[in-house]
This record gives sequence, C-alpha cells and structure tokens, in this order.
Amino acid sequence: MAKRKQENLIEQSEAEKVVSPIEPDVAELAESVAPGIGSPTSGFAENAQANVEASVSETEGSVAPVAEETLADRVKVVSPLKLVFKRFFRSRLSVVGLSIFLAVLVFSFLGPVFVPWGESEIDRSESYRIYYSNIRVPTKDEEGNEFDYYTISSNRPESLNAHAPAWTFGYRSNGDKALHVLGTDRDGYDILVRLMYGGRLSLMLSFLVVLTYTVIGVILGGLAGYFGGWVDMVIMRIVDILNCIPSMPILLIVGAIFAGSGLPDGLRIYIMMGALTLLSWPGTCRLVRGQILFLREQEYMVAADALGFGVGRKIFKHLVPNVMPQLIVSMTLGLGGTILTEASLSYLGLGAPKAVASLGQMVSLATQSTTIMEYYVLDWLPAGLIIILAVVAFNFIGDGLRDALDPKMKR
Amino acid sequence: MVKYIIKRVLYSIAILLCVSLVLYCLMRLLPMDYIDNNFASQITQGIITQEEIDRIKALYGLSDSIPVGYWKWLTAALQGDLGTSFKYGQPVAKVIADHMWVSFGVAIIAYVFQFIIAIPLGIKAATKQYGAVDYTTSVFAMMGISLPGFFLAILLIRIFAVGLGWFPTGGLFDATATLTPVEKFFDILYHMILPMIAIVIGSIGGLMRHTRTNTLEVLNQDYVRTARAKGLSERTVVYKHVFRNTMVPIVTMTAGIIPSLFGGMMILEQVFALDGIGNIAYSALVIGDIPFVMGYNMFIAILTVIGTLLSDITYMLVDPRIKISK
Repeated sequence: MAKRKQENLIEQSEAEKVVSPIEPDVAELAESVAPGIGSPTSGFAENAQANVEASVSETEGSVAPVAEETLADRVKVVSPLKLVFKRFFRSRLSVVGLSIFLAVLVFSFLGPVFVPWGESEIDRSESYRIYYSNIRVPTKDEEGNEFDYYTISSNRPESLNAHAPAWTFGYRSNGDKALHVLGTDRDGYDILVRLMYGGRLSLMLSFLVVLTYTVIGVILGGLAGYFGGWVDMVIMRIVDILNCIPSMPILLIVGAIFAGSGLPDGLRIYIMMGALTLLSWPGTCRLVRGQILFLREQEYMVAADALGFGVGRKIFKHLVPNVMPQLIVSMTLGLGGTILTEASLSYLGLGAPKAVASLGQMVSLATQSTTIMEYYVLDWLPAGLIIILAVVAFNFIGDGLRDALDPKMKR
Repeated sequence: MVKYIIKRVLYSIAILLCVSLVLYCLMRLLPMDYIDNNFASQITQGIITQEEIDRIKALYGLSDSIPVGYWKWLTAALQGDLGTSFKYGQPVAKVIADHMWVSFGVAIIAYVFQFIIAIPLGIKAATKQYGAVDYTTSVFAMMGISLPGFFLAILLIRIFAVGLGWFPTGGLFDATATLTPVEKFFDILYHMILPMIAIVIGSIGGLMRHTRTNTLEVLNQDYVRTARAKGLSERTVVYKHVFRNTMVPIVTMTAGIIPSLFGGMMILEQVFALDGIGNIAYSALVIGDIPFVMGYNMFIAILTVIGTLLSDITYMLVDPRIKISK
C-alpha cells in the first residue's frame, strides 16, 4: 500500500517538475528512506516498510506551495514501538491485564497510606470490645422464623483482638479508634493492610528476581551464542545440569540450610529468592543463545564485522536488542511464575518471617486450622485472590505483548 | 539414528553424575543433620553422650567427608543400592516404589481428562480465532495457569469438602470403615476426585494454549488452503488435515510429562494429605534424610532426562522432516 503511494508521489513530482524544482529531491528521499527505516536493529524489518504512510492524499490538492517543505511534513512514519503499542492496546485481554496490574500496584504501594494500621501492628484492644465468635448459626424459633445468631460474650477478655469481623473497630496503642475493613486475623493483624504489604513484597521480590536472572541469562546466553566453541559448551552444560535438578526440593534444602545457619529470620526470603534466581536463568540463557545463533548469520552482522566493531558492542548493542521482543515476553510471564513460587515458599513457611506480611503465609493459615478454613474465610481468601490477580495480570500482559511484538502478526 | 541415541544417552549419564554431585554436596551442607535433629532433646537431657552420637553418625555414614561419602553413595547406587532411608527405615527404592503408584494413579487419570478436554477446546478456539469460544477459553486457561496450586486445593476443600460435604477433605481412603477390595477401590477413586480436579484445572491451560497456537500455525499452511480449494468440507479439513499436523508437537510434549506423572506433587499431596511420593519426599527433605532425598531427586532427574530424550526421538519419528543435526 505504502509502495503504491510512493509511486504516486514520484509520478506526481515528475509532473510538477517544472513548477517546483524541489520535488524530485523529495521523491528520491522518500525512496531512500523507506528501506532505511527497516534497519535491522529495529527487529521489524518486514513491517517497517508498511509503516511509512505517505500523507500524499492530504496534500494532493495543493502540491508544493512552499519551497521549504521537508520530507517529514509529507511522510508519516510510525515507529515500530508505536506500532507495538497500537497492537497491544487493540487486544482487550492485554488492556484488562494492564489495568489489573496497575490496580494491584496502586493497592499495594499507595494503599497503606489510607489504612491507619501498620504492617506488624497487633490490635490489643481487649478492654474496649466484646468478643464475637463470628460463627453464624442458622436456627428456627417455635413459629418457624429463620434467623441467624452469633455468639457474643462480653465477659471473655482476650489479650488481643483476634478474628475481629469485617468492618469493626479496634483501638490502636495510642488510643485512636480505627476501622478494620476486612477484620483481623488470628494474631490480631489488620487483614487489609497485610494484604497491601504482602502484595508489595510479592511484586518487589518478583521484579528483583526476574531482572537479576534475565541479566545473568542475557550475559551468559549472549556469550555462549556469540562465541560458540568451548564457551558455549561450558555454559550450555551448566544449563543442562540445572535443568535436570528439580527446583522445589533444592529450594527446600536451601531453606533448611538457612534454618540452621543462625542468620536473622528476615534474611531468609532474600536467600531463597537468590537461590530461585540461580535456578531460573537457564531458560533466558537458552532463549538468548538460540536467537543469537540465528542473528549472528544475518547480513548486518557481516556489516558490523566489516566496520570493525568491538565484540562487546556487537553482542550488546546489535544482537541483544534484537532479542528484546522475546525477552520482554519471557520476563513478563516470568514475573507471574516467580510470584507463584514466592507464594508457595511462603506457604511452606520458608518465606518472610511472621511479622512481615506475605500472601502465601496468609493462605497457609487455612491449612493450619480447620476453624480458620471453615469460618474465617477472610483470613485467607483475599490473599489468594490477590496472588491470582497479580499473576493473571502478568500473564495477560505477556500474552498481549507476545502477539504485539510478533512481526509475523499482521493485523 | 542409533548412534545419535547412544551419544545422547552417554551425555545424559554425564549430566546425571553432575546432578548427583551437586545434590549430595547440598544435602551435606545442611547444618543440622538427621542424627542431630533426632537426638537433640536426649543430648540436652544428658541421656546420650556426644561419643555415642558420633558412633551413630558413623553408622549412618554422616561422619565421612563429602568426597568419601559421595563416592560411597555413588558406588552403591551404581550397583542398584540406593541405601536405607533414615526416616522410613526401609530401602529407598522400596519406599519410592510403594508410594509412587498413588501419585501415578492420580496424575494419569488427571492427564487423560486434561487431554480429552484441552485438545478439542484448543482446536475449537483456533478455528474460531477471536470468537467467543476463543476468548472464554483463553481467559479460563490463563486463570488456571495463574492459580497457585495450594490455594486452589484449599478452595476446593473449603467448597466441596467442608462447605458442601460432597467429598472427603483428604487422605487416600476411609481408614475407619472395613471395606471389601472392590469397595476400597471405589473409595480410593472417590478420595482422588478433588486432587484430580486440582491437577486438571492447574495444568489444562498450558495444553490448551499450546494446542491453539499449533493449530493456528497449521491453519496458515499452504496445504490447508489446497485442501479447502479442492472442495473438502471444513470438517474434513480441520479434523483430518489440520488435526494430524497439530498432533505432532503435542505428541512430543506428552513424553515431557513423564517426570510429573511419577514424581508426584509436593504441595498438592500435602494439602490433600495423600500418601504419595511428593508428600513422602517433602517430609524426608525437611528432616535431612540424605539417602531418600538423593534417591528421590535422582529418580526425578532420570525421569526428566528420559522424558527429554523420548520427546526428541518421538519428534523425529513423527515428523520425518526433522534431521539430526549433530
């Protein structure tokens, strides 16, 4: 389509030759620019040509009234990035994913500002409140009217305001009355604020882990793919070995080693995440290596050789950026996976210490006591939902990005 | 072909050796070994002396240095002796064989269901790309992939076992009742329903997406256009020409599930209190039962290696265009 328009432009300019001598230059430029935009580093060579939309139709009536008119005024260039954005936002699922992700982000990072309770603040307001068992008992009276009753005992002093029902008030240590929107859990923590901090921990850790292992994977995969030979041999053998080691048992062993090492409890989650990073990079490494093996043979790499570029420049400036599309997709999907692993570890009690909120730990309350599973659903259900929301968001975004970044997709 | 397979097998053996070395070193790095854990209270009470502890450790092979210990384990393992589990007091191979079948039983039925449901849905979604079926299956597939296994299990137990009372909350069979073998078989099946649902929901999404992507790829091929052009009905095109070619990558993927078939699901089995290999391995790991953990992890590693090898070989068998490059 664009080609035809350019031809139009050329014909037109030839016709107007006598009137405005600047036109042929424009035509030449337009011709020379079109292939230029599909430069190999953009990674969208196939598409780029179609992106040059000559805006001839708009100016058709009044051709070249101004002598200084440049190419930029006549040709609308859609950069590959813009095209990706356009395609990404066209898919409904990816927009949903992005909105969920933003919602979770705002909830967990800005949310605590609006909740009076702190992350590890225990509600100890025993003298101010009455004890609710929060267990609904449906019954019938003699006339057959159905009603529910709750046991409320005011003469049962509790050391802490545990399992407070949703939308009840508690008193903070400084005497302020504050609302528990979702109630409190077994230890007297406010559930809503714990959800926010838990989400924050999950998001931060997964970003950290994914970024680190991607960097390791890109460096090692880049080296293996570019140099081949014994470098490739050594790196890929390590990848093979790591692929064969089941990751969950290893993480459990690392957790056990930590437990006996006497290090402070708060450090454990970081050690576990470090171990997870070391176990996760082979995937990225494989991806990058495979792509670089393919890209190494492309013409523009021959050109880079001929120009005498250094090895570092060739790998990290010319090869790695071309792997970016696949890399971004695998990172987004990796974020979801890492959140799941982190939650599983916390669930097994190998995550953050008790005072620090984590979503997996909150869900694990359900298996620790059947009463909690049956009656205090708010203790564990919202935490699981937040995990699902975060992971679903990353999976939707990743899926949308994969479609948007795929040069073969021409929609 | 034979040469290639032999080469791959030899190479796999080298990898397995490295894996076992890494695992053994990690296990021995545990600061509290099994004996320390077990006799911690006795030694503080003074019932048992440190010398006796050391003697017991020597008996369990825990006083050897890491290289010596590894060599002992390796030579024994190569002769088929994986040692005796500290925790279960039986040969490791026997413990694995005893509990493997529970995991296998749950997994195999779950996988059959998964294939029956996922493949037709994936093909349907691809043939009606961006239609209602496509969107709903995509959303549900994604939800399934995104569910944390333990949360799904708890949710199922809460709704169907605790809430509605339709299914038991856990365990493999009803230990309180005396049952005839036939009744026991159905009781076990009944207990396995929830775990199976959990596995199917968790893993169906991946297979469905995989089928969909492959079908889409095949639908764009020239021979599909030819088939349509020569006037075949859409049904014949999809279920005869497209379906067969879609199956190529799926069949090869099937070999890749071998480790998860036999290896069990650590967390799921724990939540459902199933006596499977995953649950057993978890409790062994936590207390540092070196022979069992080594045996179990090597079992998984070998299955992984076999799975990859089988899927590569089936890939070559199913698709004659694939040539051995090396």
